[in-house]
Amino acid sequence: MGPKKVARSASSDDPEELARVPLQAVLLADSFATKFRPITLERPKVLLPLVNVPMIEYTLAWLESVGVEEVFVFCCAHSNQVKDYLNKSQWTKPPSSFSFSVSTIESHDAISAGDALRVIYNRSVIRGDFILVSGDTVSNMDLTQALEEHKDRRKKDPLAVMTMVIKHAKPSSTTLQTRLGTDEIIMGIHPETKELLYYEDKADHLQRVILLDKTLLMENPALRLHNDKQDCFIDICSPEVLSLFTDNFDYQHLRRHFVKGLLVDDIMGYKIFTYETHASYAARVENFRSYDTISKDIIQRWTYPFVPDVQYLGIGYQAKLERQGIYRAPDVILSRSAHVGAFSFVGNGTTIGDHSHISTSVIGQRCVIGKNVVIESSYIWDNVTIEDGCKLSHALVCDGVHLRAGVILESGVILSFKVEVGQKLVIPAYSKVSVLPQPCKQDSDEELEYADATSGVIESPSITSVANARNQDLLSDMLDVPGSDANKVGISGVGYIWSVSEAEHDEEWRFSIAPIPKEKLEKFSHSAHDDNDEVNHDESSIPASGELIPDSDGTDFDGGVGEDYRDSADFENEVEATFRRALAGVDVQNVILEISSLRLSYNMSHADCAGALFYAIMKSASDISYSNNTELSANTKMEINKWKNLLKNYIKSQDEEIEVIMKFEEICLETIREFRPLFTDILHHLYEEDIITEDAILSWENEKQGADESDKIFVKQAEHFIKWLKEASEEDEDEDD
Amino acid sequence: MPDVQALVGDFALKLKRRKVEGSHASARQTAELLRSVVSQQRLPHAGQAAVLIDAVRAVGEQLIAANPVELAVGNIIRRVLHIIREEDLSSTTTAMEGLGLSADSDDDNAGDHEDRPALSAAAVAAAARSALRAPSLHTLLEDIPESAAVPHASSSGGDSEGKSKSADKSLKSRKLKHDVIEAINELIQDIDTCHEQISEQAVEHIHQNEVILTLGRSRTVKEFLCAAKEKKRSFRVFVAEGAPRYQGHVLAKELVTKGLQTTIITDSAVFAMISRVNMVIVGAHAIMANGGVIAPVGLNMVALAARRHAVPFVVVAGSHKLCPLYPHNPEVLLNDLRSPADLLDFDEFSDCMDFASRGGSPLLHVVNPTFDYVPPNLVSLFITDTGGHNPSYMYRLIADYYSADDLVVKRRSTS
Repeated sequence: MGPKKVARSASSDDPEELARVPLQAVLLADSFATKFRPITLERPKVLLPLVNVPMIEYTLAWLESVGVEEVFVFCCAHSNQVKDYLNKSQWTKPPSSFSFSVSTIESHDAISAGDALRVIYNRSVIRGDFILVSGDTVSNMDLTQALEEHKDRRKKDPLAVMTMVIKHAKPSSTTLQTRLGTDEIIMGIHPETKELLYYEDKADHLQRVILLDKTLLMENPALRLHNDKQDCFIDICSPEVLSLFTDNFDYQHLRRHFVKGLLVDDIMGYKIFTYETHASYAARVENFRSYDTISKDIIQRWTYPFVPDVQYLGIGYQAKLERQGIYRAPDVILSRSAHVGAFSFVGNGTTIGDHSHISTSVIGQRCVIGKNVVIESSYIWDNVTIEDGCKLSHALVCDGVHLRAGVILESGVILSFKVEVGQKLVIPAYSKVSVLPQPCKQDSDEELEYADATSGVIESPSITSVANARNQDLLSDMLDVPGSDANKVGISGVGYIWSVSEAEHDEEWRFSIAPIPKEKLEKFSHSAHDDNDEVNHDESSIPASGELIPDSDGTDFDGGVGEDYRDSADFENEVEATFRRALAGVDVQNVILEISSLRLSYNMSHADCAGALFYAIMKSASDISYSNNTELSANTKMEINKWKNLLKNYIKSQDEEIEVIMKFEEICLETIREFRPLFTDILHHLYEEDIITEDAILSWENEKQGADESDKIFVKQAEHFIKWLKEASEEDEDEDD
Repeated sequence: MPDVQALVGDFALKLKRRKVEGSHASARQTAELLRSVVSQQRLPHAGQAAVLIDAVRAVGEQLIAANPVELAVGNIIRRVLHIIREEDLSSTTTAMEGLGLSADSDDDNAGDHEDRPALSAAAVAAAARSALRAPSLHTLLEDIPESAAVPHASSSGGDSEGKSKSADKSLKSRKLKHDVIEAINELIQDIDTCHEQISEQAVEHIHQNEVILTLGRSRTVKEFLCAAKEKKRSFRVFVAEGAPRYQGHVLAKELVTKGLQTTIITDSAVFAMISRVNMVIVGAHAIMANGGVIAPVGLNMVALAARRHAVPFVVVAGSHKLCPLYPHNPEVLLNDLRSPADLLDFDEFSDCMDFASRGGSPLLHVVNPTFDYVPPNLVSLFITDTGGHNPSYMYRLIADYYSADDLVVKRRSTS
């Protein structure tokens, strides 16, 4: 890679190229998330072994292979461990002919990726384009082309500051989750320039509705919306990105704030482009689900050459690949009757006893596994002791764990470092156990709850009664003198079971190592069906899949409604003021822009915009002096004709049209009563101007059917018109037949 | 020698990271690296050959461990070891001719080398003969039993010699090193010119209006075919495309630019076409000691088809691909499983590998082996830079190029 690049830059005459800066990369060795707790309390995420190799090795090896020459590893939590690791690793050894250097940047007060990038900016070490990755990225893609595309674009357009690597992925249609356990992402991409125009990672899955800014469609002749793309979290950035982070000190999250910020903010005009990689592999270990998936991908060699038997990674010993994808380190003591199934990895110095069965699992170094143990789709790290007769399925067991005889780990269990589990204990599904107590939350209520929960979980009925009594003893011991007394209790264990809040518990299966249980999948496919049905019947209603809405979401929603009233009044006033400025001669484009930004800042829908705008138009119409109703009607029609294009910006579907009619009703009833007699007349006009379609009017009428008599005055007033519409449509249908 | 160590480390890293690929490139670079190892190695007055051998072994161990699948690396290391032994032997014999031979060997035997066979005059003579490369079956048979003993003995012979005679040792040390470097240079040259030497023989094998079938792309095969074309032979070539890397397409392009009549077929069409073919010519990744071939995937099928229709199956390979090891479980141990991405698009099949909703165990497996093992009975002829050979003759060539001591390139912990 190195020499090739030199040759290329030497051959080009571009002065910018001649002053070549080495390709740099920023590696964030902190995910700024808590998905891997409780494990990450003791060890940083990037040092967690993925198929027996710390994750950061994969990222560094990949960066080295794509020709990066300088890597800045940003460490925050557990920075000492990261630094120690790097100092011992092959990467920081005095470089030979490979020009690849790794240096660390440390900061202890950074709490987000945004903070990290601001720290890096202040160090002013980045001199040119750089690659921004997090330390948990596994990839084997060739970045050369993406880099070139980025550079070419930069030459033409200095505002193209970032190229995001994306990949095709199919989120499951039932769970709306990718195989990596991340939520479906909706991206709007320009089909030719590949510019990213829209990014939404928190789309409302329950409603299955996304809201697009109309300006987006106006400004771009073509836009392709994707829900089948996976964000690889590999970004090629220009140095401006760092300064942008510094300028906008409130940017925290790379995607949620920075990317969305740039997309929404038209003022600076910065653009983000995408690069889609096809054959190669790129993924990020974001949660336990992706840990499981990526481990399996590595074992199945999708990440070649970053696989265990090719010594790209600093694994220290050579694992041999045998038939059926079994990787075995040289010093494994395997009992004759033990069976290691396909797609497994057994690490160095591990002993496996008689009649033990291991399948699709990864076992670390120096583990001792007893007799009749069944290990299925589990991840066992180093120095783990598993005594006879244990059963593990879909579990993750960290370093130094001791499972005494007969322990059963149900699916999705996480045992953090040095946990000991007493005999014949059954750890219920999705539990997380750590020797460290769960950190207290700020809320005092929750703290109480937590204290209850720790003891509560142990006493939970899922533990066999035999173990129960014994275990309670242990636990009381342990709670009194945590840690110190643990060794005294020979038959029992050490560790706290972490409690999860109710809302989280519901979601636990989504990100767990274990496969999604069948019932959940069925439930999902049912609700998906229901959703579809309901959407067909009535598009405006929210599907009632209550069981899937976590509690927290529910309350959020309620809170939102409560605030709505206050906000919407403000919003209307603002829109009206903006509209007045338009009357005073401000360019229509700017008005659109301002209303769009108002919409975003007040978190309103397009329907609200349409309503507010319509209100403003009507108000301006009524402000023009008039003598009788005919004149008022004429004035109004004129105003509507004048502004209909503006209005149409926000009327994208029937919902908005109905909103306009309702708003009109409200205006007539409450604010500008002068329009009362003109309701049908203007409605007809709106219909003729194609602002409102007949479907909208008819469904509005439908909706009013069950309303109070007092609400029905306008329906009655428009009776003739509606009748006429109905007849007309019937005639249409007749003609069609 | 931090200098050499760095070089070795670099090369090992390159091999580990699969940055050096192809047996030709690996062989050449290994030889060059060993040349600098030898030239920078400081030699003591005594036991020069042993020191050199140890140094080369130390390097060799690292390199072989770095990429055990690339057999050419190990081959070159063994060749260099053999060269050192030979050069040492020839210099010893010349030295011994000057000295009183018997006294030295007696000295030697009185020491702690009792377990080793005596260094008899006959053995020395035989060794000297083999050093002078007298490749007759007779010498070979005579040579083999002692060959294990000769190098140790000779090195210790050098030892005692150093004690007794110190006059010409500086000259000798320079001479040994010089000779070895010379020989390695020759080896490098051999590797460089192997294509020409092989393709020189092309006219003898390819006849007018013949149909040749090959699979995938091998540089040796390409040059072989082009050489025949240049000698005004007109013939046709069928190229099986060599899935999943489809190197056959590249080969077809190259052949067409040389004006050869070329037909591309899929790998699965080989059996259908083989009855029209006069000869199959393919390249190899390595030739094993039993005459079996490690070759690009798909070739075993081609060989079986050729055997079924009694079509000669010819393997062209430079002598650096000749490996003195016997294949044990070659389908697994000498294979390289590459990324399944060559076979199918990961993205398209990602829903088949959604472990979350499919019970947690992978149902779809994709296996992409790089090599096939073609057993010796399916090969009709090997064409190397030294001429055409039968598979059953391979052991003989190997005895020429390698010393039986070096089959295991590992430093002995004792001695």
